[in-house]
Amino acid sequence: MLRGNNIKKVNSLLVRSFHSTVGNRSGGPSTPINYPSLEIENAGEKQKMNLFQAINNGMDIAMQKDSKAVVFGEDVGFGGVFRCTVGLRDKYGASRVFNTPLCEQGIAGFAIGLAAQGATPIAEIQFADYIFPAFDQIVNEAAKYRYRSGGQFDCGSLTIRSPYGAVGHGGHYHSQSPESYFGHTPGLKVVIPSTPIEAKGLLLASIREKDPVIFFEPKLMYRSAVEEVPIGDYEIPLGKARIVKEGKDITIIGWGAQMRVLLQAVNMAEEKLGISCELIDLRTIQPWDVETVVESVKKTGRVVISHEAPKTGGWAAEISATIQERCFLHLEAPIQRVCGYDTPFPLIFEKFYVPDHLKNFESIKKTMVY
Amino acid sequence: MLSNFLKVNSKALGHIRTFASKSGEIKHNFKKADTYLCDGPSDSTVTNKDELISFFTEMSRFRRLETVCDGLYKKKLIRGFCHLYTGQEAVCAGLESAITKDDHIITAYRDHTYMLSRGATPEEIFAELLMKETGCSKGKGGSMHMFTKNFYGGNGIVGAQCPLGAGIAFAQKYNKTGNVCLAMYGDGAANQGQLFEAFNMASLWKLPVIFICENNKYGMGTSQKRSTAGHDFYTRGHYVAGLKVDGMDVFAVKEAGKYAAEWCRAGNGPIILEMDTYRYVGHSMSDPGITYRTREEVNHVRQTRDPIENIRQIILDNKIATEDQLAAIEETVRDEMEKASEKAIAAPLPQARELFTNVYLQEVPVRGVEFVNSFKP
Repeated sequence: MLRGNNIKKVNSLLVRSFHSTVGNRSGGPSTPINYPSLEIENAGEKQKMNLFQAINNGMDIAMQKDSKAVVFGEDVGFGGVFRCTVGLRDKYGASRVFNTPLCEQGIAGFAIGLAAQGATPIAEIQFADYIFPAFDQIVNEAAKYRYRSGGQFDCGSLTIRSPYGAVGHGGHYHSQSPESYFGHTPGLKVVIPSTPIEAKGLLLASIREKDPVIFFEPKLMYRSAVEEVPIGDYEIPLGKARIVKEGKDITIIGWGAQMRVLLQAVNMAEEKLGISCELIDLRTIQPWDVETVVESVKKTGRVVISHEAPKTGGWAAEISATIQERCFLHLEAPIQRVCGYDTPFPLIFEKFYVPDHLKNFESIKKTMVY
Repeated sequence: MLSNFLKVNSKALGHIRTFASKSGEIKHNFKKADTYLCDGPSDSTVTNKDELISFFTEMSRFRRLETVCDGLYKKKLIRGFCHLYTGQEAVCAGLESAITKDDHIITAYRDHTYMLSRGATPEEIFAELLMKETGCSKGKGGSMHMFTKNFYGGNGIVGAQCPLGAGIAFAQKYNKTGNVCLAMYGDGAANQGQLFEAFNMASLWKLPVIFICENNKYGMGTSQKRSTAGHDFYTRGHYVAGLKVDGMDVFAVKEAGKYAAEWCRAGNGPIILEMDTYRYVGHSMSDPGITYRTREEVNHVRQTRDPIENIRQIILDNKIATEDQLAAIEETVRDEMEKASEKAIAAPLPQARELFTNVYLQEVPVRGVEFVNSFKP
């Protein structure tokens, strides 16, 4: 169910040289990790872009095609701290691309009001860790506007973008993964892309989505993830997972920056143990693609789910619960969750904390011999 | 030499007027504070040799601390987020001299110098930045998570510390300690809603809290002019009295601090001090600091308003010490910071189990990937 008429095929796979130069942040090799990106056909010519450039390109297209689209947030006027909005003010003017004061609650509330008037606000919260002052506006106002007015009002055109996740040395307030807080809130959609191509297509779909979307961007990959991104307009539908790699023995589920770590673990498991892994990129956290996951688990009978956020109450818990409801008699082993520890995100201990490829490899191994 | 490096033009510091008397007392005039709902302190003070040398030494220590941090960051020994105080030293030094060590301070993330002024050692500050076991927070927090006696951090979320300051002040009132709390924030944080919630509570309950807006003109990369309606932060409390102070003159800061502390101790409730100051460096280490302002602007402030050069000039004009003697002080400071950073670099990393400690009061099991691999206290 594709809304972008430029896409013929989304699920076809093509291995591209999408790689990271900081691959050893979790103890792995520093050599580039090839990550299979998807192929977008008929979206025009391609250009080498990293993740922030792909997001910039996506916003550029959104603003060009939708004269009501506006971009705002802290320091976005001169390009934003991660350069995602660079050049947009020059192109679309200071009345459509502007800096806000440092007031996250105000930014979110302002964006909701603007959306209720039919504009297309694309608000930036500078770090996902700073989204909590805006939590009330997002959870109580944005998520419930349509419901509590019986459909008279909504802020469906709202998109809030925010960089999330480990970055190497971010410490307590620049590293968190808050997707579960928002996934727990009916009325919101939560999206996390894993590659530049994905980021552009998912962002365009999120901006045009008629329900409020929280779009978390893996900041570790802003510069390190580079691939040939189509420069045309295309969308990747929300709520659809991507099977990155087909396999028969075990299902591995992740999203965002974790996909690269999981691919590394999967490659290790295949090379060292001959295990055939099916790797799924969830893409949308809420509503998540239950059917794709269930279908895969029914085939493999074994599951590992991995995210950076703490284990308890993380989104892997929701996925696990659903899998046991839907696939109980198909399961050959307990579902494994490879996640962050139940501690604040640490500074010095980041390497211990993150669910790296070795922890995932161990988990795959254990699950296979259960 | 720092003075050569800065190319300080003594004529540019012409607004400082001092008069030495035979008793060794030196009268110093400064720009009178703008006032709101209060009379404010006078525009002059009397100082002496000891105080001048002490301010010179303290502020040189503050600046040197940050210079060493900058160097360690560039060597990639300090990682992550790091915000330097360079240029704003007079605010910290002046306020600390206006209160006692029993009073309380809470600030935002530009906190290294407050640690030093509160009495922490340079070594524990560097060690925290270097994520070492001997750091003030056991190396667990880093730059923006520093704490010591009567200093409540070191807070990374913009504006979040201000309501905490009101709570700390309430405890002083309730327990009749006679102490005050300084709640510091920047011009960027001045637009956070929770600051106004704190103003209201503090005023309603007449809490002994001094809200201090360190207005360094830029909230990250956004000029105050582009982020803030009305440019007077000291009047923004509406029903809260305020002063706008020359935050580059340590004596102006000290007198305003004393006035505010007396105001609070007399039971008048909160007061706001807006410190007209400036940071020479970028917002954080990744900000070169010249994309949203000109190099000329930064240099102009350095040459005309530098708080340390300001004091140096008073000392030299009044023949309290020679240039060589001041250079010797700077050398001692340099040596102190150098030794402290070397010790911090040599200190061990925290034990791995520290990942799991201090999550709750009691150490609790922390789930790992598999139950058997979980942490058990």
